Amino acid sequence: MRTQPPAFAYFLPLWLTLFTLLPLLMVAAVSLMRRDESGLIAPVFTLANYARLLDPLYLRVFGHSLALAALATVLCLLVGYPFAYLLSRVRAGWRPALLTLVIVPFWTNSLARVYAMRGLLAAKGPVNALLLALGWIDEPVRLLYTGPAVAIGLVYVLLPFMVLPLYSSFEKLDHRLIEAARDLGAGRFATFWRVIVPLTAPGIAAGSLLVFLPALGMFYVTDVLGGARGLLVGNFLKDQFLDARDWPFGAAASVLVIALLFVCLALYGRVRGGVGHG
Amino acid sequence: MARVYLALVYGFLYLPMAVLVAYSFNPSKYATRWEGWTLDWYRNLALDEGLKQAALHSLAIAGLAASLGTVVGTLGAVGLYRYRFRGRALAQGLLLVGMMSPDIVVGVSLLVLFIALRVELGFWTLLLAHTGFCLPFVVVTVLSRLQGFDRGLIEAAQDLGAGEAAALARVVVPLCLPAIAAGWLLSFTLSLDDVVVSFFVTGPEFEVLPLRIYSMVRLGVKPEVNALASLLFALSLLLVSLSQWLLHRGPR
Repeated sequence: MRTQPPAFAYFLPLWLTLFTLLPLLMVAAVSLMRRDESGLIAPVFTLANYARLLDPLYLRVFGHSLALAALATVLCLLVGYPFAYLLSRVRAGWRPALLTLVIVPFWTNSLARVYAMRGLLAAKGPVNALLLALGWIDEPVRLLYTGPAVAIGLVYVLLPFMVLPLYSSFEKLDHRLIEAARDLGAGRFATFWRVIVPLTAPGIAAGSLLVFLPALGMFYVTDVLGGARGLLVGNFLKDQFLDARDWPFGAAASVLVIALLFVCLALYGRVRGGVGHG
Repeated sequence: MARVYLALVYGFLYLPMAVLVAYSFNPSKYATRWEGWTLDWYRNLALDEGLKQAALHSLAIAGLAASLGTVVGTLGAVGLYRYRFRGRALAQGLLLVGMMSPDIVVGVSLLVLFIALRVELGFWTLLLAHTGFCLPFVVVTVLSRLQGFDRGLIEAAQDLGAGEAAALARVVVPLCLPAIAAGWLLSFTLSLDDVVVSFFVTGPEFEVLPLRIYSMVRLGVKPEVNALASLLFALSLLLVSLSQWLLHRGPR
C-alpha cells in the first residue's frame, strides 16, 4: 500500500498558496495601510480606507456595478435557461454541432466580441440602419455610450458562461421524474417550479456565478460600449491602481469584491450541497 | 417555436461577429455603406510591425503558460485523485477560489505580489499570471477524465508488476491524454483572450495582443481592428473544433 505520496502531489497546493492565497492576503494587508507622501505604502495600521469607501460617491459605484452585474445575470438566465433546455432536447445527431456553436463564442477573444457589438450599435451601424429602414425612427438614435449598451455587451460576452453549465444540468435531468410529476397530477407550472427548477439548481447557481462575478470587473466593456467612467467596480479598481496610484484605497475596494466572492462561493456550496451531487 | 427561439439566440451570438467579418472586407473607412471588396485592412495588419511583435509575444506567452499550466495541472490532478496528503483540502478550496475569482481581483492581487517581491513587470510576471489562471481549468478537465475511468486498470497494471511511476506513465497519463490536450488548448485560448489580468501585470516593454487591440480600440475606430478580430474569430473556430475532436474520440 502507498504510505507516502510522491513529491509532485505537493506541487499544486504549493503553487496555489504562493499565487492565489498569498496575493489575496497581501491585498488584505495593504488595505489596512496608508499611502505615504511619495505615493508608496506606509506600514501603518488604519481603517481609514474602509471609512472612505462609505462615501456616497463610492457607494454609488458599488451599487451601480452590483446592479449592472445582477441585471446581466438575470438577463443571461432568462435567455439562457429556455435555450439550454431546448438545446438538450434537440435530436442527438444535431446536438454536438449546435453545442460547438455555443462554445466558439466562449473561446473567442471577448474584447474582439465587445468590439463587434460596438460595430452593430454604432450610430451608422446596422441596428440604426434597420430601425430607419423600418420607419420606426427618423434619425439614428444613440445606442452606444448608454447604460443599456453596457448591459447588452455584458450579456453578449457572458451568455455562453450561463448556457454551458445549464446545458450540463439539463443533460443530466431524468425525464422520468417529470413524467412522474405529471402522472401525480402536477400542472405545467408546478412541474416546472417544483421539479425542473430544483433539479437544475446547480446549473443555475454555477452559471449565475460565472456571469455575475466577471461582470463586476470587465472594465473594457464599459470602455468600449459605455463611455461613462466609474460604471463598474472594475473601472474603479483600474483607476485606483494604475492612474490615481492609491493602492491602499484600491485594495480596500478589492477586499469588498473578494468578500463578495466568498459569500457567492458559500451560497453556491449550499445549493450544490442541498440538491445532492448534481 | 423551439427552432425559432434557438435561431434567435444563435443570431444574437453570431450576428455581431458576422457583421464585423463583413466590415473587415469593406473598403469604406467609416463603415457606413458597402463599397465592394478589399483586403487592404488585412494588408495593413501584415505591415504593422508593432502588431506583429505583440502577436508573437501573445503566442509565446499562451504557448508557454498553457504548457506550464498543463504540466503542473496534470500532476496536480493525478495527485488529488491518487493520494491523501496534507494540503489536499487547501488545494481543492483554492482551486475553486482561483476559478471563480473575477479577473480584476486576480490582476490586482498579483500586481501587489509582484511589486512587493520587486519582480520587474513584463514577460515573467505575465507568464506566471497566465499559468496561474489556466491551472484550475486543466486540473478540473483532467480530474473529471480520471474520475470517469476504471480504477481497476491501475490496479491491474500494479498486479502485473508496474511500480507507481510506471503505472502513472504507462496507464494514467495515456488514458488522460485527450483531456490533457483539451486542457492545454483551453489554457492557450484563455491566455490569448485575457485583457484584465494582463493589463495589471505587464510592463511597458512587453505588449501582448489583447492589450494592443485595447489601445487600438480606445484610440478610435480603425478598420484594421475588424480584420484582426476576424482573424481571432477564425483562430478560435479552429481551436474549438480541434478540442471537440480531442474530447469526443475514444472511450470517455
